[in-house]
Amino acid sequence: MGDHHHGPAKGLSRWLFTTNHKDIGTMYLWFSFAMFILGGAFAMIIRAELFQPGMQLVEPAFFNQMTTLHGLIMVFGAIMPSFVGLANWMIPMMIGAPDMALPRMNNWSFWILPPAFLILASTLFMEGGAPAFGWTFYAPLSTTYAPPSVTYFIFSIHVLGLSSIMGSINIIATVMNMRAPGMTYMKMPLFVWTWLITAFLLVAVMPVLAGAVTMMLMDIHFGTSFFSAAGGGDPVLFQHVFWFFGHPEVYIIILPAFGVVSQIIPAFSRKPLFGYASMVYATAAIAFLSFIVWAHHMYTVGMPIAGELFFMYATMLIAVPTGVKVFNWITTMWRGSMTFETPMLFCIGFLVLFTIGGFTGLMLSIAPADFQYHDSYFVVAHFHYVMVAGAVFSMTAAVYYWLPKWCGRMYNETMGKTHFWISFIGFNVTFFPQHFVGLAGMPRRIPDYALQFTDFNMMSSIGAFIYGASQILFLYNVIATIVAGKPTSEEKVWDGAEGLEWTVATPAPYHTFETPPAVR
Amino acid sequence: MSDQATTHEKYYVPEKSAMAALATIGLITSTFGAATAMNQATFGNGESSFTTMYIGLCIFAATLFSWFRTTIKENLAGMNSAQLKKSYVIGMFWFIFSEVMFFAAFFGALFYVRTLAGPWLAGEGEGGAWNHLLWEGFQYSWPMMQTPQEAVGGVSNQVMANMGTFTSAHKSMAFAEVDAWYQWLPMWNTIILLTSSGTVHIAHEGLLSGNRSRFNLWLGITVALGVIFLSLQVVEYYEAYAHFGLTLNSGIYGSTFFMLTGFHGFHVAMGTIMLAIQLIRSLKAGHFTSDDHFGFEASSWYWHFVDVVWVGLFLFVYIL
Ligand code: HEM
Ligand SMILES: [Cu+2]
Repeated sequence: MGDHHHGPAKGLSRWLFTTNHKDIGTMYLWFSFAMFILGGAFAMIIRAELFQPGMQLVEPAFFNQMTTLHGLIMVFGAIMPSFVGLANWMIPMMIGAPDMALPRMNNWSFWILPPAFLILASTLFMEGGAPAFGWTFYAPLSTTYAPPSVTYFIFSIHVLGLSSIMGSINIIATVMNMRAPGMTYMKMPLFVWTWLITAFLLVAVMPVLAGAVTMMLMDIHFGTSFFSAAGGGDPVLFQHVFWFFGHPEVYIIILPAFGVVSQIIPAFSRKPLFGYASMVYATAAIAFLSFIVWAHHMYTVGMPIAGELFFMYATMLIAVPTGVKVFNWITTMWRGSMTFETPMLFCIGFLVLFTIGGFTGLMLSIAPADFQYHDSYFVVAHFHYVMVAGAVFSMTAAVYYWLPKWCGRMYNETMGKTHFWISFIGFNVTFFPQHFVGLAGMPRRIPDYALQFTDFNMMSSIGAFIYGASQILFLYNVIATIVAGKPTSEEKVWDGAEGLEWTVATPAPYHTFETPPAVR
Repeated sequence: MSDQATTHEKYYVPEKSAMAALATIGLITSTFGAATAMNQATFGNGESSFTTMYIGLCIFAATLFSWFRTTIKENLAGMNSAQLKKSYVIGMFWFIFSEVMFFAAFFGALFYVRTLAGPWLAGEGEGGAWNHLLWEGFQYSWPMMQTPQEAVGGVSNQVMANMGTFTSAHKSMAFAEVDAWYQWLPMWNTIILLTSSGTVHIAHEGLLSGNRSRFNLWLGITVALGVIFLSLQVVEYYEAYAHFGLTLNSGIYGSTFFMLTGFHGFHVAMGTIMLAIQLIRSLKAGHFTSDDHFGFEASSWYWHFVDVVWVGLFLFVYIL
């Protein structure tokens, strides 16, 4: 067995063969950032094309490939792996465990991701082009009318799903089984709680996504008729199966973000989180409700009226636990001695903008109103408020918050704050006008538009370039911190921070908590 | 807190391992190979080669073999604490849950088609307004013995073009189709699989009471029942293709029938292999003690799981 107090191995084999949760977390984080840049580059192409009406830069077919790959890469390549990376780094440290429960499988869950995305990206160079049917890949666009590269797309989705399932099983086993003595469930940091519930969601719905792409594969290559009415199937069946995965998926994306915000806001308000227990129950309620609202994405497919109503009311119900959360975050700040370091700024940005996204969601949940909004830029604005200003902002906050613990160096605060303000402004300039063009009738996923939408689209494009550029600053700041940031060895980098991760040395040693700490 | 161990054994965190990297190579090679071969067959000139996929699968299988071997050796060497063993238990449980959800997708598709989409296609209810425009004359029944396409007289008469060509079975798998009750294979398969859940349980009890020969005997019987089940399934598929005209191509009935029974059969095959491996471990290496036999336990849970899925299949695919 050898000496357990060794440091990391040298060279490439450290990363390829590692079983260490911190190494694996680091790889997830860097990989997701690379995907964020790639997906971002595709978004820049989209916004450049939409800068003016008329056909500018790219062919419509290529435009469709860009919107498709942008969505897929951001959801499956950037946001999801980034939170898995954070889970890997933080969960063992937060619950006082020596590592993840199943370390070798942990490494495998990571390493199948890069080749899967390589295959997905390589479809761009295949005959017939990359998938062009949107990130929601509705049949029959993705079956009867799909380019041949769809087969590679299907298999890469399978591999991504496998990675997510293994990753979540690992997280569940870690949280259920590896908590230090005294770390009862109701003492767990909220980040751990939200990830535990997210992991349940993942294990429940990733297999359903696998089922959806399997049915596609069979329809395309083996003559089945799941999604073909001529054979007695139904293209709408695809949407049901997809959204049964898809709606829980959006909560898979946002719940860990809720967790992050629930860690950071108390730290910089110097007050414990308001309503801890209600936060846990609200998270569980959201997760439960997320299974019975999927058809709010399908109001316009021609569902029976009873279905429309059921899904409308169920969807509106989600606003209740979500409201509980927003209330608790605000109340945590109430009369706190607040300071506004970069992580806190991103969390407050999250709070304001995510709430706007929640409200537009509520508007969309009204079935008769959604008949107008559906497939318009209003929907695009809605989900970017929740996914970018929600998930990505909170992920950014997390990086600033824990980076000093990870590498023992402080980031440059001025640069961090600059990054926040450019991001915040760039984001709003990009997506706020999209509400207006959407309400005025501009459809999504079309490379050209009517003249009256020009001004708002120009604003959107300029905002997008600003937001994109601010990420370069972020990258620079992170690298500069790692190589030359001001060293710090304080265990508790932030004076208001709570939790076991702040009791270990800074930078966090390669192995932490080999013997479990005592919790209160 | 009292609900947690106060004295902690050291949790075994394994050293660096190349297995994940090798398994990745195997998995990616096989999926890439499979995609390429399928595309050659469907979009190319029809010639396709699955060689790459098989190479990948071999690498994958070999890696899994050595992975499990390492894990077993670690356990025999006493490196696994009670806590680590619990991690394996939790892992297996949630893995099986994910499999349940995979089947749920296909069962969901079946229920949706049978209760909503099918009747709508035939013009019933709120969703049925298009029947007279698109599928005039289509009648819904289950098993669906005539596809909407055939109801309107084939592809050339279809209002909507380019949706594939589908045939129908002239005979379904329902009980009503057989001449004598004992000719109905699904019934025998149900009996076999339910019995095998019992035999694997008896084997477990043998192990728990330290009776190895009883364990080996009943585990052997379970494996044999698994093989018989699969053989009957092969016979059924042969019948379907050769005599019933029931194929993957026979509209939604064929699609759901083959996908549900096919994935189930695949899982039975996996379960049989898993149990057979446990049998070999017990026979050849004397593995397992009455209080340490996770490899067997996990396989038997898996076996009960495929059994339960079969009960669902028997009800909703064959009977109702
Ligand atoms: C109060 C909570 C929310 C409500 C009531 C809500 C409601 C809705 C509705 C009704 C739609 C369908 C609009 C249409 O296509 O016509 C929609 C779309 C969408 N929502 Fe939300 N939403 C909420 C929160 C979220 C969150 C937290 C996320 C992700 C982090 C999210 C991500 C999305 C995405 C990605 C789409 C568009 C999917 C697509 O068609 O590409 N939503 N939302
Ligand atoms: Cu939704």
